[in-house]
Amino acid sequence: MTEQITILLVIIPLLCAPITAIFKSHKIAWAITFFVSLCCLLISSYILLQVIDGSQVIYELGGWQPPWGIEYKIDSLNAFVALIVSVMAVVSTVFAYASVQREIDDDLYGLFYAAFQLCLLGLLGIALTGDIFNLFVFLEISSLSSYALISMGSNRKALTAAFSYLILGTIGATFFLIGVGFLYAASGSLNIFDIASRFETYEKMQLVTTSFIFIILGIGLKAAIFPLHSWLPNAYGYAPSVISIFLAATATKVSIYVLIRVLFDVYPMEYWSKLLIPQVLLTLGCVAVIYGSVRAWQQNEIRRLLAFSSVAQIGYIIIGLALLSHSGITSAIMHMFNHAVIKATLFMAAGMILYRARSTTLSDLGGFAVNMPWTFAALFIAGLSLIGVPGTAGFVSKWYLLEGAVAQQKWFVVISIALGSVFAVAYLWKIVDAMYFSAQRKIHITKVKSGDISLAVAPKSMSVALWTGAIACIYFGLFTKLPTDAAKSVATALLGS
Amino acid sequence: MTITTALIFTLVIPLVGAIAISQLKRYENLRDGATLVTALCLFAVNVYLFVNRDLITDEANFTLVEPIDGLAIAFSLNSFGLLFALVASGLWIATSIYAIGYMRAHHEKHQTRFFTLFAVAIFGVMAVAYSDNLFTLFLFYEFLTVSTYPLVTHSGTQAAKRGGRTYIFILMGTSILFFLPAMIITWFTAGTLDFVQGGILQGKLDSAALLPLLLLFILGISKAGVMPFHKWLPAAMVAPTPVSALLHAVAVVKAGVFSVVKIVVFIFGTDFINDVHANDWLIYLPAITILAASLIALTKDNLKERLAYSTVSQLSYIVLGAMLANKYAIIGASMHIAMHAFAKIALFFAAGAILVTMHKTKVSELSGLGKRMPFTFTVFTIGTLSIIGLPFFGGMWSKWYLLSGALDYQSISITYWFVLSTLAISSMLNIYYLLSIPMKGFFGASDGNTSIQEAPTACLIGMAIPTLFTLYLFFDPSIFYVLSAAIAP
Repeated sequence: MTEQITILLVIIPLLCAPITAIFKSHKIAWAITFFVSLCCLLISSYILLQVIDGSQVIYELGGWQPPWGIEYKIDSLNAFVALIVSVMAVVSTVFAYASVQREIDDDLYGLFYAAFQLCLLGLLGIALTGDIFNLFVFLEISSLSSYALISMGSNRKALTAAFSYLILGTIGATFFLIGVGFLYAASGSLNIFDIASRFETYEKMQLVTTSFIFIILGIGLKAAIFPLHSWLPNAYGYAPSVISIFLAATATKVSIYVLIRVLFDVYPMEYWSKLLIPQVLLTLGCVAVIYGSVRAWQQNEIRRLLAFSSVAQIGYIIIGLALLSHSGITSAIMHMFNHAVIKATLFMAAGMILYRARSTTLSDLGGFAVNMPWTFAALFIAGLSLIGVPGTAGFVSKWYLLEGAVAQQKWFVVISIALGSVFAVAYLWKIVDAMYFSAQRKIHITKVKSGDISLAVAPKSMSVALWTGAIACIYFGLFTKLPTDAAKSVATALLGS
Repeated sequence: MTITTALIFTLVIPLVGAIAISQLKRYENLRDGATLVTALCLFAVNVYLFVNRDLITDEANFTLVEPIDGLAIAFSLNSFGLLFALVASGLWIATSIYAIGYMRAHHEKHQTRFFTLFAVAIFGVMAVAYSDNLFTLFLFYEFLTVSTYPLVTHSGTQAAKRGGRTYIFILMGTSILFFLPAMIITWFTAGTLDFVQGGILQGKLDSAALLPLLLLFILGISKAGVMPFHKWLPAAMVAPTPVSALLHAVAVVKAGVFSVVKIVVFIFGTDFINDVHANDWLIYLPAITILAASLIALTKDNLKERLAYSTVSQLSYIVLGAMLANKYAIIGASMHIAMHAFAKIALFFAAGAILVTMHKTKVSELSGLGKRMPFTFTVFTIGTLSIIGLPFFGGMWSKWYLLSGALDYQSISITYWFVLSTLAISSMLNIYYLLSIPMKGFFGASDGNTSIQEAPTACLIGMAIPTLFTLYLFFDPSIFYVLSAAIAP
């Protein structure tokens, strides 16, 4: 029974997406999407409960035996990532109801939601599959749909942002495919677990190292690991706000998941440790933390600021992975989850500001917090969590990260983490200062129909989504059992194998 | 009622009170009644804890949650926390009575929000007082900053916001930049953050690292008002007077010095500090603050600002006592938390009464007002004399012990004499910048109008309570002495 359910995570959005594309009505398209994401959430929570104790769920597509057929092999890591994706899908769909009507052209509703579902499908597929070529297919599904989604942003710069993401994303995907091809040439298999089990038989081939480098670079681009992050700020900054929320919370996380799989399950750790990969990743992570935070501090537009902050936060996750210790990996997995929650909340707040003020440029928003005190309060809470103030979710993952770094006496890592937090205080204070403490000014808005009440009130659906996120930021800082258990079980599984 | 249940009640009562107050928006009298009842209940529970304090065992604690293994949000009963909780909850009653008169006479807006947030802030104070480890203390220290922010900016004017900006920027900034890293370093060195008599760092922390770490803590806990991070306190004076009185003379600032003493005694351990002689250098921070703040107070014409700088100076007495790190100094520091609270709150109440009745905020405008407001100015005089530390007022005892501690101080002679002369000079300055105010009121030239006009009765009752206690505490300081002596090394 459980095995059969897993495939539904992919099947449901795959079937519903073309149906959604037919409908012009916003309500129907939205309702289908909401139904799809809710189903995915239920299924992925069910699966996580099945595997959190360390067991596995295995499903063979079409009954073909691996390594010939495609196999889904789900452990706690897969299930955890699938849960992050589907939770964020539900939250962003709730948020979408009001914001899509504002930001997307009327005749594109059906297509927008269809693309959204395809993106969800691709991300879930990546999280579930145990076949590296199948993984590439899902990667492309999610990437192609996200190019389309980003280009629908109301700012015309969204087009160039989507285009540069398209170019870089395609390069990344091609690199990944080349790597997979080389690996296939060397091993004769595409099944991750099959490749890993016979690794020593072809370990000596030069082709394997080449394939490894190609795959890592391709994924690094997709995951926006410094210095391959240049597509991210524009893509997240100009996408429709729902898409910023969804992609910021999930897309890079899923790519990092692929990185984890490749590093820990495809290639043995001893193999790539010799290639200086941990040292390189650790350094890049530290640079990303500082560079991303400083650049975020320099921004004057809230969503671009948050996007650069994402570059920094990805750095924290990479550091956690590269430490190769139990607490390091625990922190990386937890931060994937916590950062998804935090960044989604922040982007939701930015989306609401955009909805109300039709601008997210800080100089336009002087004193605007007075008009939306609750949204601002949620932004403040999520901001504290991003800094890593105790009692919030961000603190827990940073704590484990520090523990890992201190245990290995990597002091430059400790200093980078501290500096990153200091700059986080600085760039979030910038928002607080502009929105709350600056003198109030009238916002210049054009092309608004008279009697449009959206200037005065934020829609309920948006507030619900926002506060779900803000409360989660606190809740997961105090009641940490779920993410900690999942992350620890993952860390044990990855380091044990 | 077991001790643990009573402990939980001290945290639950203010929260329940806050909810009740927020729901009684339409019924002003009932709402203000709810404030008073909450304050009385809270005080009663704290007194119950005081009476039964000999029952304190290790079991008198409870853990709320444990986000990270070994790092829990936990509370426990301890004599030092009890002292702080008694002072804060007791004075909350006086402040509530005073605030009811003040807020109505001053026609303040959003009174429901005001009283609700006040109760929430008191919850934060109780949580700080009874925190069982540094992590919990830090958490509610931050909570206190955020929850008192709307009280500081209560009037909502641009000036209030500017004050609030300084307030939150300095308090949160220093705690994240200094306090938090210091706490994390402590955790990684000691492996625990529990408060243990005698400290947790001895033998684990390299003695060369003690001074920088302690410095991080002192700078990080800017609520204690040690220079250079003291500016938030004068900035907070834009708040309504009851807030300045209870929060910025008692609850919030004392939460700062409370944390400093707590960290010195229960995290570092006084022996460790004395062995390393870290205090030989660090003691200059509070000592210079005492003098500098007194000198700045001299130049301030705004009455509340002058009182704020006087608070900065007096808070550093407590930090100084903690730095001296010997038996009498710790007793003195701990007692000063209580003694200064009673005297300073009386001064603020008097300043508020003058504002409400005569609409005067400047010292230079007070000339001759003593004849028109004899009660208010008598209260002011008593508060002043207690702060100076003269006999027949409670403030004498804490200064007595602080001075004994300073005489006991084992250090290089220049530091020793510097500390002693600081204490002496600052008492002189106290006389000058505080006593000159009632002198001017009573003996200054008046404009001829001699009709007596005092503040509303509720304000007068509120003022009388701390004033009478200041007198009573001279004759019987045993309550606070017992609690203070329990933590002294």
